[in-house]
Amino acid sequence: MPLSSRHLLGLQGVPKEDIQLILDTAVTFREVLERPIKKVPTLQGKTVVNLFFENSTRTRISFELAQKRLSADTVNFSTSTSSTKKGETFKDTVKNIEAMKVDMIVVRHQSAGVPQFLTRISDANIINAGDGAHEHPTQALLDMYSIREKFGHLEGLRVCIVGDIAHSRVALSNIFGLKAMGAEVSLCGPLTMIPRDIEKLGVKVIHDIDQAIRENDVLNVLRIQLERQAGGLFPSLREYHNYFGITSERLEKNGKEDIVILHPGPINRGVEISSEVADGPYQIILDQVTNGVAVRMAVLYLLGTLNKADGR
Amino acid sequence: MKIVLKNVKLLNPEQKLNQSGDMLVTDGVIKKIGSLTSEDLKNARVFELNNKYVVPGLFDMHVHLREPGREDEETIITGSSSAASGGFTGLACMPNTNPAIDSAELVSFIKEKAKNHLVDVYPVGAVTMERKGEALSPMAELNDAGVVAFSDDGDAVKDAKILRLAFEYASMYNLPIMEHCEDESLKGGAMNEGVTSTFLGLPPMPSIAEDLTVMRDIMMAEYTGGKIHITHISTKNAIEMVRQAKKRGIRITSDVTPHHFSLTEEALKTYDTNTKMNPPLRTRADVDAVLEGLKDGTIDAIASDHAPHSIEEKEMEFIYAPNGIVGLETELGLALSELVNKKVLTLEELIKKLAINPRRILNLPVPKIAEGEIANLTIIDPELIWTVDVKAFRSKSKNSPFDKRLLTGKALGVINKGKMFFEDKFFAI
Repeated sequence: MPLSSRHLLGLQGVPKEDIQLILDTAVTFREVLERPIKKVPTLQGKTVVNLFFENSTRTRISFELAQKRLSADTVNFSTSTSSTKKGETFKDTVKNIEAMKVDMIVVRHQSAGVPQFLTRISDANIINAGDGAHEHPTQALLDMYSIREKFGHLEGLRVCIVGDIAHSRVALSNIFGLKAMGAEVSLCGPLTMIPRDIEKLGVKVIHDIDQAIRENDVLNVLRIQLERQAGGLFPSLREYHNYFGITSERLEKNGKEDIVILHPGPINRGVEISSEVADGPYQIILDQVTNGVAVRMAVLYLLGTLNKADGR
Repeated sequence: MKIVLKNVKLLNPEQKLNQSGDMLVTDGVIKKIGSLTSEDLKNARVFELNNKYVVPGLFDMHVHLREPGREDEETIITGSSSAASGGFTGLACMPNTNPAIDSAELVSFIKEKAKNHLVDVYPVGAVTMERKGEALSPMAELNDAGVVAFSDDGDAVKDAKILRLAFEYASMYNLPIMEHCEDESLKGGAMNEGVTSTFLGLPPMPSIAEDLTVMRDIMMAEYTGGKIHITHISTKNAIEMVRQAKKRGIRITSDVTPHHFSLTEEALKTYDTNTKMNPPLRTRADVDAVLEGLKDGTIDAIASDHAPHSIEEKEMEFIYAPNGIVGLETELGLALSELVNKKVLTLEELIKKLAINPRRILNLPVPKIAEGEIANLTIIDPELIWTVDVKAFRSKSKNSPFDKRLLTGKALGVINKGKMFFEDKFFAI
């Protein structure tokens, strides 16, 4: 069964079957990554453009590797300056790139809604690699893949996302994806970093990190962006670490040394997570990175081989 | 020159006028109302109007004409023509031009440019120099030059002390301060804060930013005895505060835009930048409060906040696109569709909010429909069903979220200053 959409804009509203299909397909590609020759001819002849309007080394490299391992032709366009500041508008940039005949566009942008906008001005398959504080679906898919790899299932698991939820694109995609797969999702962080009314998405909000540790099977620890302190969202990195940081003492104290720890990276050691935990036995942070390539291969493959008539 | 408006319903709640008949207009003056003789009809251009309404010319008290500064988006002439096409014979234009309207010379420049157009253009002066919120504009000079109100629209008057001085100074000339209510420290963001902004991942604008400034302004108006007009009011709490302030006898009035009574934040789900405005589209509860406020008179007027933007600026990534939409040519249609047809307001009540109250708030005379009066009129068909087509707008800009929307009710034409606009043409009468 093919995917029900020809784009991956987010996980909101994506049916369980689609997520299941992507995760199952990724298992095959994960196996490919263990071979001496890590390349399959699946997307030969397809052209993929990575349009990155915001700095991101790891996501771009992960996508690029995924494309190369599927034998697609890949081109990178990276700029961190907004199109409003240079002469050309975003629309013109995209129109120009499209005129060179591309099949798929992977896009990362500071503004929420850019992937949706792209579907209106381009015929390519659009993959969202992070838009503003909206969604980052492949990150959530690789998180789910990694959790499933660890537990064998997602249904019934209790997952807590810890940190700056309000400015995170990872949180929302995780909430939509995990809930679709039957997991329970809670959020933990300073209330200044929890968006208003987010409980209406069916998640529990906790501001006591010890409670979050006690009540969950998995912690997905988000990166604290240092500039948020300047914005006054929390008083100091020290206070953040003392009240929300994940340390081995804290895990021990709550009898949860074996809680599974995820982190989308890059890690601020000593802020949201201590080095001991980040390098400890129950973290799966580097597995996430490896799985990320496999999951992105699955998404590219499923969208790239979809007939135009399938999915809307 | 003679024209005859045949078979019309004359409606002016201000004069308690509601009668059917014909009207003879000679050289721009209403000569006769009632049944006309063959002598009256001789050499007259006759418009057979089949029981359509003739009301006092509509007035929009919140329009951005963009000239001087952004003539690529709108000019005094194109904006005025857009107003005429939407059924308006008068408008007040906001001072956030470049340079801002903070000098008598700019007021004269605008009036001079507008003087031969059918539509009366009344500039609003800036409260502070360059709208920076630091030093008062020359309010007395601006008053002499003909401004009808003061506003730093785009921003609220940032500083409470300056606001106090502005109220006191403007009171000498009985002019209102029109406030765009938004707390400076809570500014920023791209849409109303709530579950929808979380859902869409867009930076939020909290409704409390409007509420706090409305509260401050009400207190300051009460303390100084000044006149406050809350423009484009949009939140439930702000409306309730205005309601209570009116009960306490504070000199306060308010207006609302058509988009704030016809759309909710749900419209942003497509990330169409034509749904991005400030104040942002709010929740269903806010829209219900707007409707209630219109009904009970808490909201005195309807004004478009007509904000033309170029295509290239609006076709931008959502967070970078500018706020605002063009509104003059959909305003009456939306008001008739959403308010009169849905029985929120009667047609008489709507005419008060679109023609009478805006002029009252700005101390302007309200046109009368009577023999000997200058003809300043709008002809309305409240039942005409039409589809909005931005390409047909007279405005230079096309940024409207209402393109292709089906509306019931439209202006058929306007008459003012010896000129008429009818069937998409301007001509002398």
